[in-house]
This record gives sequence, C-alpha cells and structure tokens, in this order.
Amino acid sequence: MQTNKLTRFGIPLLGALAFLLLWELATDIGAVRPIILPSPSSIFRELASEPAWFAEQAVFTLGVTLLGFCVAVVVGVAFAIAIVEWPLLDRLLFPLFIGLNSVPKVAIAPLFIIWFGTGAEPKIAIAALIAVFAIVIDTALGLHSVPPDQLDLAKVLRGSRLKVLLRIKMYCALPHIFAGFKVALSLSLVGAIVGEFVSSQKGLGFAILTAQGSFDTPRVFAAIFILSILGVVLIGALDMIERVALPWHASQRKAAGH
Amino acid sequence: MAALDRLAVQPVAPRVVPERAMISASGVQKRFGGPKGLLALEDVSLDIAEGEFVSLLGPSGCGKSTFLRCLAGLEKPTAGKLLLDDKPIDGPPEKLGIAFQRDALLDWFSVLENVLLPADFGGYGRKAYEPRARELLAMVGLKDFADVYPSALSGGMRQRAAICRSLLLEPRLLLMDEPFGALDALTRDQLNVDLHHLWQRQRMTVGFVTHSISEAVFLSTRIVVFSARPGKVAEDIRVDLPDDRKLALRDTPDFIRYTHHIRGLFEKMGLIHD
Ligand SMILES: Nc1ncnc2c1ncn2[C@@H]1O[C@H](COP(=O)(O)OP(=O)(O)OP(=O)(O)O)[C@@H](O)[C@H]1O
Ligand SMILES: [Mg+2]
Repeated sequence: MQTNKLTRFGIPLLGALAFLLLWELATDIGAVRPIILPSPSSIFRELASEPAWFAEQAVFTLGVTLLGFCVAVVVGVAFAIAIVEWPLLDRLLFPLFIGLNSVPKVAIAPLFIIWFGTGAEPKIAIAALIAVFAIVIDTALGLHSVPPDQLDLAKVLRGSRLKVLLRIKMYCALPHIFAGFKVALSLSLVGAIVGEFVSSQKGLGFAILTAQGSFDTPRVFAAIFILSILGVVLIGALDMIERVALPWHASQRKAAGH
Repeated sequence: MAALDRLAVQPVAPRVVPERAMISASGVQKRFGGPKGLLALEDVSLDIAEGEFVSLLGPSGCGKSTFLRCLAGLEKPTAGKLLLDDKPIDGPPEKLGIAFQRDALLDWFSVLENVLLPADFGGYGRKAYEPRARELLAMVGLKDFADVYPSALSGGMRQRAAICRSLLLEPRLLLMDEPFGALDALTRDQLNVDLHHLWQRQRMTVGFVTHSISEAVFLSTRIVVFSARPGKVAEDIRVDLPDDRKLALRDTPDFIRYTHHIRGLFEKMGLIHD
C-alpha cells in the first residue's frame, strides 16, 4: 500500500519536476527570450506577488466552470433519458441536437453576451453548451448498455418503467455517465475561458487577455499554470466521487487489475 | 426391449389423467424474423399438469429456450395455442419464477437486495419478504453472504442466489434455462440435490432446460425430448423413480435405464455416435 501510493503519486511528480528543471535551465542559459518563454521561477514569483488577486480570478473561473457543468449534467442526463425512453423523441430531436452541436460554440459566444449581458450568466451558458454533448452521448450509450438477460428479468418481474429505469438502466449507465462527466468537466473549463475571452472583467481568461495586451508573459503563464492545476484537481475530484458512488464498480475494476 | 417401450408415454397422457392441465400448448409454432424467417419451433403440443417437474432435452438450437421464453411470456408464438390456467399467455404471468444460464444478478445491489428484487418490482413490499429471502439464502448456504455484492461470490454461489431470487414469491411456475450450465460438475451435483429438495418441499411446476441427460433424469417427473430444429416433441417420457432422490440413485439400474434410453434416442437422431 505504502509503495503503491509512492509510485502512484511520486512518479508523475518526478516527471513534472524534471520537466520544470529542464525548462528552468533552458531559460537561464538564455536559449529562449523571457518574453517568449519566461522561466518557471519567474512565473512562480509572479504568482507569489499577488496571490489574492490570482485566487479571486481562479475562484470566479472555477465557479463558472462548475455551474456550467452542473447545468450540463441536469440538462444532458434528462435529455438522454428522454430520448432513450421515448424513441419518437429520439427520432424527432436527436438529428437536430447533432446539427446544433456541429455549430462551433466559440462562434456563438458573442451571441450569448447579447442575450445574457456581461455578467457570469453567458459564461456559464457557454460552458454548459460545450459540455452537454459528451454527457448526452455517454448517458444514452450507458442506458442502452443493459444486458438482455437483465431486461428479460425486469419484464418477467413486471417492474414499472420507472423502476426498471431507476434500479437497472441508471446503474448500468453510471460508469458510462462518469466517463462522460470527465470529458464534460474539462470541456466546461474550456467553455468558461472562451466566455471570459469574449467579454469579462474577471476570471483567469480575463487575466490572460489583459496580460497579453501588455506583453506580460509571466502573468499569462501564471494564469495558465493555475488553469492546468484546476483541470487536474477537478478530474481527480470526479474520480474520487466515482469511487465512492460506485463501490461495486470500483471493486470490480480493482479485481480486473486497474 | 419391452422395458424400454414401457418408458415412452403417449403425448396425450395428461389429457387422459383427470388432472387439469396447468399449461397447455397445442400446435405452437415460432418463426423469427417475418414469414420467411427462421422456423425455431414447429407444432409443439404438450400439456403440463400442476406440480410436474418437466425437463426439456434436445440438440442445440432446437428451440428449447424459445419454448421456455414463450411460456414466460417473453416471446409470442407465431401460430398455435399456448394456455396457462386456460388463459392465453400474453406477457409474463404474475409471480413467475425464472432463472437464466447466466445468473443475471445486478452487480450494484447486495445479494439480499437481489433476492428481494421480485418483491420490489412486483410491488409486494420488500419488508414483507425479507424474512423469506433470508430463509432461502440460509437454505442454500448463503446466510453469511446476504450483505455482500455479487462480485464477491463464486459462480456456484451466484447461481444459488439467482435461484433464491426465482423462488422468492413462492411461484406456482418456475422456469429455468440451463441454470447450472456454467458450473463445475461437483457444484452442479450439489445444486441438483438442493433444487430437488426445494421442489419436494414446494411442489411448484417446473420447466427446466438442460443438456445433461442424467441431470434431467435425476430431477424430473417427466422429460420431453425435442427433435432438431425446427423443434417438435420427439418423445415424452415419464420418469418413475422414487420421490425422495439421493445422488446415489444415479448408479442404480433403474436410473441407468432412463439415461440409456435417452442416449439411444439421440443416437437415432444422429446427434451422437461412437
Ligand atoms: N431472437 C431471435 N431472433 C432470431 N432467431 C432466434 C432468436 N432466438 C433464437 N433464435 C433461433 O431459434 C433457434 C432456436 O433457438 P433456441 O435458443 O431456442 O435454441 P436452444 O434449443 O435453446 O439451443 P441451446 O441448447 O443451444 O441453448 C436457433 O436457431 C436460434 O438461432
Ligand atoms: Mg438455449
């Protein structure tokens, strides 16, 4: 167990440290100009100079990301259940849904500013819009993945459709749903930044945009660094929730050696 | 030879016996995939009385599972009449017990919750059936495994849990499709004995599909042998063996006469040869 933890967290950390060290050396010997690629130490200095300000921007972006993700979860799971349970709805709406999804979301972002103003709402909407597709696709896939034996069993036991959905289909779908969540969460972080790029007075996207205006490369990198940490932490948190929420699945994966 | 002839009963036997047929199939046909599709069952006629243990034997692909699924209301015959208690089977009947080759346990519920599923789905109340569920689990030696997930059970234990589930509602009709097909010989023997005891106690009507001749003889009061596809009743055999059966019964001449006779049938069909 002890060595297990060491190899699980230690080795990736070692990789990251080696990467930073090489980077530091490359910039110190003057191989790249700091305005193109600042050294890691200058990026950390930038972070340390205004930690409260950076934290404020990060919290705003995190809030937009999580709210957008939650909206996508509610809308996406509900839509997937609707099209799986009522095939007519599937035929009616799914092609339209695919078509709408093919529109580049970045192109719609300015429209959202017109509709929802310049507050947090349009950013949340963009984050949700970018994230929802993965959730719908994976949830629908999961709901369709029930083994035929279990469906026969449900029929023989004369369970209501609601019970079949809640006791069998949803559980079958959960591993797929969580896979969709992970993709969706990364995408809603992208959506939040896109929203902030288009118009904002707050957030890490706004920090990057203003720093870029004044060629403050260390600040751009500092914001990017926080973003990457946010991404890793969010996915890690989701992983943990999955393990707690799906104990039967976690034990199976362990037995399978993953 | 005369002894062998006596073994074959006429298919009309249940009509002669004053007992009322619980299941009555006449001219049941099942064709998959439209009028030009594959004919799985052709003209199956068969009456089953209450309390009989009927095994369906026959070559692979002859329609045994299909017939069982028709009885369970999961498939509709394309022709013929299929009655349960004199009413046409239209969808799964109430309180039907069913067990599949793969146990179909739900991985996300504990063993006890799995066994209680019929009460939950049927709306009979899980609380009311919990004592019975625990009793059934104890009877098959799973008392201490009520609260674990099925993934912690061996194949034989899983199948036992699935059998408990099929018996929860005290079904009048129990349908089993090769429930022990995936098990090792020893576990299979044990489960045969367990199932025999359960049937002795409850006397429910059982439809049992198997590929094992000796399993069929050991468990059944009657064996229906299907011909190769399209399935028809090739022979209907009444098994007159003592009611209280022990594993040692399989070594007695009486028992061997039955297995020998059925093997002879399969040889005649060209399914096995030396
Ligand atoms: N849903 C289906 N659609 C089309 N064909 C089917 C379907 N179910 C069964 N069949 C066909 O019907 C025939 C009988 O199948 P069935 O499963 O009843 O055989 P079986 O006697 O149970 O065989 P086995 O002993 O191998 O389980 C087979 O040829 C099979 O391919
Ligand atoms: Mg079969």
